[in-house]
Amino acid sequence: MDLSSISPTLLIASLMVAATPILLAALGEMVVEKAGVLNLGVEGMMIMGAISGFIAGVETGSPWLGFFVAAIGGAAMALLFGVLTQVLLSNQVATGLALTLFGLGLSSLFGQGYVGIKANSLKRLDMGFLSDLPFFGRVVFGHDPIVYLSLLLVFAVWAFLKFTRAGLVLRAVGESHDAAHALGYHVRRVRMMAIAFGGACAGLGGAYLSLVRVPQWTEGMTAGAGWIALAIVVFASWRAGRVLIGAYLFGGIVVLQLNLQTAGAKVPVELLSAAPYLVTIIVLVLISGRAGRGGDTPADLGKPFHAST
Amino acid sequence: MIRLERRPTPSRVWAAASPLVAVALTMVAGGLMFAALGKDPFEAIRTIFWDPVFGEFAWYFRGQLLVKAAPLILIAVGLAMGFRAGIWNIGAEGQYIVGAICGAAAGLAFYPSESWLIFPLMVIAGALGGFLWAMIPALLKLRFGTNEILVSLMLVYVAENLLASAAVNWLRNPDAVGFPGSRNLGRWEAASNPELIAGTGAHWGVVAAVIAVIFAQIMMTRHLMGFQIRLAGAAPRAARFGGVNTARLVIFCLGLSGMLAGLAGLFEVAGPAGQISIDFASGYGFTAIIVAFLGRLNPLGIVAAGLLMALTYVGGEAAAANLGLPGAAISAFQGMLLFFLLAVDVLSNFRVRVGRGVVA
Repeated sequence: MDLSSISPTLLIASLMVAATPILLAALGEMVVEKAGVLNLGVEGMMIMGAISGFIAGVETGSPWLGFFVAAIGGAAMALLFGVLTQVLLSNQVATGLALTLFGLGLSSLFGQGYVGIKANSLKRLDMGFLSDLPFFGRVVFGHDPIVYLSLLLVFAVWAFLKFTRAGLVLRAVGESHDAAHALGYHVRRVRMMAIAFGGACAGLGGAYLSLVRVPQWTEGMTAGAGWIALAIVVFASWRAGRVLIGAYLFGGIVVLQLNLQTAGAKVPVELLSAAPYLVTIIVLVLISGRAGRGGDTPADLGKPFHAST
Repeated sequence: MIRLERRPTPSRVWAAASPLVAVALTMVAGGLMFAALGKDPFEAIRTIFWDPVFGEFAWYFRGQLLVKAAPLILIAVGLAMGFRAGIWNIGAEGQYIVGAICGAAAGLAFYPSESWLIFPLMVIAGALGGFLWAMIPALLKLRFGTNEILVSLMLVYVAENLLASAAVNWLRNPDAVGFPGSRNLGRWEAASNPELIAGTGAHWGVVAAVIAVIFAQIMMTRHLMGFQIRLAGAAPRAARFGGVNTARLVIFCLGLSGMLAGLAGLFEVAGPAGQISIDFASGYGFTAIIVAFLGRLNPLGIVAAGLLMALTYVGGEAAAANLGLPGAAISAFQGMLLFFLLAVDVLSNFRVRVGRGVVA
């Protein structure tokens, strides 16, 4: 095993790339859960974003249009969930699962003719002399625009929830929909918007996988990333900054295990591939002491709202 | 204006009718999907739902029906109990894989013995493997309060890697060259799970599924445990006051569903699949979630739902062969079915009122 082949600069740079899809999806889901809705269909929305973005990217040749279509695709899937859970008041857990199963099937149907094709990928930004700096040039100034967009989004979500009136209403709806309803806020409308935002974020995350990180389409390519995003929201106890930390920690593990595989570590490949999932479980256990108090969880998370009751 | 008005108690009529409405709606939407793919929708629907049972080659397909339905029913019966109680084991796929690996490993340890004890030993090992795999989310939930949905699902991916390592490494057939995979259990009489009645597809898994359904039906309707499960799901607060031991319920529901999923995996690996191979995982554990809901979380309903879902598998394969319908269309179709079911369910809990109502 040759550990010297692993360069810390590249490790950190690729960690940020590996974390970005999960960061986007987790951020969206956090907003949804802040509004009191538990959407377990992140995986399904992500993979639909991955395929719709990939198709749009291949057909038009523009990755930007790909990301745009992916956000629409993710949001459309999310609104399907929204109509079922908010209007038809179906069980959120079951509907989220259905969204994932449906998304996985539909995406591989759409992706039939797109296996093995390469799409135009996003170029890394060139910021002149900044990008040529040692270490910082690559880690801070050498990424594609979506990485910066995702970081910007972390800040925007944090500021939105903390400082704006709309953010306060959204949190109120998540903490007590009955109180929010009594105050005259439109619980269902707020939740629908949050759900659509979460879907768009998940779609962007999926498209980042198929257009930048891999960049190819393979069936089931999200491989649990959506579920890991859900775990990161719990890990982050519903705070935007901690979502960022969680996603980057997780990205670090993914990249590290890939590097160890290529460096020929004397650990079975299968154990390394399973490591991200095992680590997620361990993290869930470790944070349980904190989560167990239940103070951070939005109080009305997952509860259906019907105005007549 | 259309309003929804909550029914005092769920409508029994709609609870029974909604799966049928959902199936009908899925056929319509699925037909549109097939038409969009450039296939004749009527021919596609007929190939999937009619030909396997009544068509020219039905003698072949009917056998396949039980082969596909048995694991689905076996897994779904276990899952449904947990879902009733609000305990969400969605990692049945992982328990299915681990059950198959444990069962096959227990048998292969005694290769090439011809003792009759080997198959029963494999059954026990398979059930135990699934049980223990499901105990991980159960015990973590009880000890640390972790979410069983996320943990059981993460364990699916771990189980898939375990399967890959078993197939290429420690369970690999030492006499084989080329393709990775274990010895073929189907060709080793002591360990095989054969067709019991020729032409029906009925193997030991079907027998196990029948027993599981009967057992589950009696337990849910006649036994205190079944009452506690229903109570915990319908009114968690009342259940706590009523002295229901939640911890025992979690262990029971996750353990039983894991055990049944493990059994399904064992019967599959010793019978239809024949060996541990990298592509052994077939998604039964996830489809069983749809089966459980389609069957109204009721053991007898699950039998009907499992057969219907098996029909979409078998018919889907026929449609793929005859009409060139992509295989993925069937999984989209199955997902659609669950959506429509959840949507139609609104009618059993709410009344639709048209017109302006009084302000609540």
